[in-house]
Amino acid sequence: MATDTQLDLWEVFIQSKSGLPYIHAGSIHASDNKMAIQNARDIYTRRGEGTSIWVLPSKHIVASNPDDNDMLFDPSNDKVYRHPTFYVMPEGAKNI
Amino acid sequence: MTTKDAAYTYTIRLGDDALILGHRLSELCSRGPILEEDLALTNVALDMIGRAQALLKYAADIEGKGKTDDDIAYRRAEINYYNHLLIEQPNADFAHTIARQLFVSVFEFLFYTELEKSRDETLAAIASKTIKEIKYHMQHAIDWTLRLGDGTSESHNRMQTAVNDLWMYTGELFEMDEVDAQLMRDGIAVDLIPIKAQWHNDIKTVLSKATLLIPEDTYMQTGSKKGIHTENLGHILSEMQYLQRAYPDAVW
Repeated sequence: MATDTQLDLWEVFIQSKSGLPYIHAGSIHASDNKMAIQNARDIYTRRGEGTSIWVLPSKHIVASNPDDNDMLFDPSNDKVYRHPTFYVMPEGAKNI
Repeated sequence: MTTKDAAYTYTIRLGDDALILGHRLSELCSRGPILEEDLALTNVALDMIGRAQALLKYAADIEGKGKTDDDIAYRRAEINYYNHLLIEQPNADFAHTIARQLFVSVFEFLFYTELEKSRDETLAAIASKTIKEIKYHMQHAIDWTLRLGDGTSESHNRMQTAVNDLWMYTGELFEMDEVDAQLMRDGIAVDLIPIKAQWHNDIKTVLSKATLLIPEDTYMQTGSKKGIHTENLGHILSEMQYLQRAYPDAVW
């Protein structure tokens, strides 16, 4: 992969409506906080996608190592009792 | 001159600034220095085109001859365009683009803030919609002026050159003629005298913060209020009007 020469990389999170979670939209380049917000706004909220933006330098993201996937994620996959599927849902309860 | 004639000319002048700058900025589509800036500048272009549409449509309504905003935008000759000379100056390098954006957006911010109080309800409504966009354009231009001016020696020199090159087109922003005078009496037009002082003040603040020198007073170019332009406008129009000239009445 070619070396990235265009300023620092930032990750952008957009909230589409007050109260909803911030969702990762993509990344941008910027040299400072202010420019990061502006570039995120210009690139990811062009058609009314958001009402609030978070940006953070990509270098501050700590990611899990794909080599550890077995250890990290498999154990949660094979135990049905981990899933709350044995309860009867009360009638009319939404968003469970 | 009737108030109607004056209002038509006044609105066309404002509309042409937005139309021509929108086109100028749209030339940067796919040619921005980085992808993020490409989108930032074309976003500004889209804001401008939206404003042009509103203003030229209103001009067509005032004229009352059944023309559309497109007729006005695409079927006039160069001599009938009234955008400021500063507006039509080429993008050149990024510093020139930013210097032009700085001069224009600081002016527009002051101007449209006042136009919001106009007795003409349509102009006031367009102003209050557009002022939000202008705030962003101005912030963008100021931030880049600071970065380039107070950046590397290369960016500093280019920014200073751009400011110096464009300075002679800034005097025209504050010219007023009988159209302005008549509409000011009616409480419609904006008085540009206080705006001129404020503009110089604001620009001075930004330029000094960006370690740039304010150009000395020089001869100021003039002409656009009479439809006299620099050679740049003809080139813009030849491209912008091509489709309507080659295929009149073409639609999507």
